[in-house]
Amino acid sequence: MIPLSWYLILSAALFSLGLFGVLARKNAVAILLGIELMLNAVNVNLVAFWRYGNLTSIAGQVFAIIVFAVSAAEVAVGLALVISVYRRRKTIVADEIDMLKW
Amino acid sequence: MTFWNDPIHFIAEWLRGLFIGWGMSGDVANVLIALIGAVVLASVAMVLDILLVWVERKVVARFQDRLGPNRLGPFGLFQPFADILKLIIKENITPAGADKVPYNIAPILAMTAVLLLWAVLPLAPTIFGVDLNVGALYLIAAGALGTLAIILAGWSSNNKFALIGAFRAVAMMVSYEIPMVVTLLIPTILAGTMSLNGMVKAQDVWFVVLSPLAVIIFLISAVAELGRAPFDLNEAESELVAGYHVEYSGMKFGLFYAAELLHAFTFGGFMAVLFFGGWRGPWAEQYPLLGLLYFFVKAMIGYWVFMWIRYTMPRIRIDHMLAFNWKFLTPLAFVLLMVTALVDKALAGAETWVYALGMFLANVVVAWVTVEILRAYSRRRRLEEEAPAKQVIRTGVEGQAAHH
Amino acid sequence: MTPLQLVFLLTAALTLVAAFRVVTTRNLVHAALWLVVTLFGVAVLFVLLNAPFLAVVQVVVYIGAIAVLFIFAIMLTRREMRDQGAQLNKGWWAAALVSLLTFGGLFWLTRSWDGFTRTAAPLPTGQDTLSALGKALVSPDAFVLPFEIASVLLLAALVGAVYVAYREK
Repeated sequence: MIPLSWYLILSAALFSLGLFGVLARKNAVAILLGIELMLNAVNVNLVAFWRYGNLTSIAGQVFAIIVFAVSAAEVAVGLALVISVYRRRKTIVADEIDMLKW
Repeated sequence: MTFWNDPIHFIAEWLRGLFIGWGMSGDVANVLIALIGAVVLASVAMVLDILLVWVERKVVARFQDRLGPNRLGPFGLFQPFADILKLIIKENITPAGADKVPYNIAPILAMTAVLLLWAVLPLAPTIFGVDLNVGALYLIAAGALGTLAIILAGWSSNNKFALIGAFRAVAMMVSYEIPMVVTLLIPTILAGTMSLNGMVKAQDVWFVVLSPLAVIIFLISAVAELGRAPFDLNEAESELVAGYHVEYSGMKFGLFYAAELLHAFTFGGFMAVLFFGGWRGPWAEQYPLLGLLYFFVKAMIGYWVFMWIRYTMPRIRIDHMLAFNWKFLTPLAFVLLMVTALVDKALAGAETWVYALGMFLANVVVAWVTVEILRAYSRRRRLEEEAPAKQVIRTGVEGQAAHH
Repeated sequence: MTPLQLVFLLTAALTLVAAFRVVTTRNLVHAALWLVVTLFGVAVLFVLLNAPFLAVVQVVVYIGAIAVLFIFAIMLTRREMRDQGAQLNKGWWAAALVSLLTFGGLFWLTRSWDGFTRTAAPLPTGQDTLSALGKALVSPDAFVLPFEIASVLLLAALVGAVYVAYREK
């Protein structure tokens, strides 16, 4: 049998890797990639807690589905913003997008 | 349990006895038998693929008023083997500047995405890979991997035509996935399950009778998903040379070609399973091998329809194709889904023929309203287009009169 | 070691290696492809957790839509794709430190919880998780409100994305 701890450790590692990507990457698209990793780590946790917890309550899976929807929305808007910025400024390096208005 | 009633389990039990007799533990034997089953299923699909090459070439020849391959073997049946031999002895080229790993993974992924579909295809009452309770969604998931294969091929080839082909494929497949998912929900509502074998079992009345519109929408989005004409923009020869597989040669190209043919046949099979009763037919329950025959005949007819469409229709321009999907097919699919759900709820518990009649009439009403809306829309467009033209002619005539 | 444990360990190793490549690869298209591998690994984990529906949705939504969207966006911004200079910013060591501390903190936090090494109860036979999930999503005394809000959010994101990326002619 696989103990719950394995899933939790995996998910923590995945979350930390995503966090590293978000903090350390220069490219705005790569930062979004890191956010996807973090959201996936959360999903693994949610489903693992459902499976190892009370099976009659389906909340874990429902939360995971809502995370799917949120991450789809986040990627759509995020990438649209990146592409829009790229068109006007010819850059997608996050450090160079530092003005509030142009 | 005899061989004729349940051949797969019969063979599996026999193999299990054999393996245990050789001194294996029960678990290992089960894993080994499952593995053998998977290999056999994939091999059957691939061998069938060889036959499909011949079928496709022969049928396209007849559509174009030719004879097709007829030299090698009876009716040219051995032609595919000559084709394969030719592809194998060709040089395998990897273009300079290509991204090697994705470039070589792409053809394999294309074939894998199709073979994955065979895992859930119920071939006969007791002959299927697995009976997933999310079978209908699995179909879309495997399609997503196919899209990925095309992107990989297009991007890694380091060729502009290939990249344009990949872009088009993405735009097309991602948008046509939506009406496909929505129409897959209609058999799900009618059968009350997402398991494909459960859907076949629920079809006392074929779903094509209950929901003919869904069949049409599914057919159109399947053609787009397959990337065959009239939606073959990702490999449009006259514009993009060969689209995403322009840089591939030899058996790597062969895999794309084989995957495309097998994909079309598999979707013919899914049409049969979802709407035309799958393996159902007289005595199919008692003799699964008979069910297998029914299934393959129906799938072949579905495949023939795909070929018929492919060799009859001209290619559609990309903006027309996307507009057709977003402005027509998707809304229609959603309306049909809602109507089906409402009618299903209203007629729950009614007799079978009342239910079937109600569903059919609901479909007819939706189709009629759609046609009326389209007619009104095209009339308005025609008036708009004709109005200024008439004015120009009139001023022209008046101008001439004034001149005189 | 049971076969399931072996499958888990292999999947976990693949997922973590792929995730590491996602955040460190210089070529962004490769990073997106490694993301696909990670997402696939997570889908396998969902299967191991007896959630086949989520596994299939993971492949459809994440690999079929989100990863493809990423690859698309990376190709559209391809001038940046040619890797000029470092892909990591100057403070990457601080980022590494923070993420290591996060991992350590999460590990310590969950380890001190007494359910940490819990094993799964066998699934009760005859329980249909899929229909329970479907009913929970639309039932007024369960999750219909979050579900509807999520769909409104998706609609808003759709409109917003079209508006932001629209190029005026």
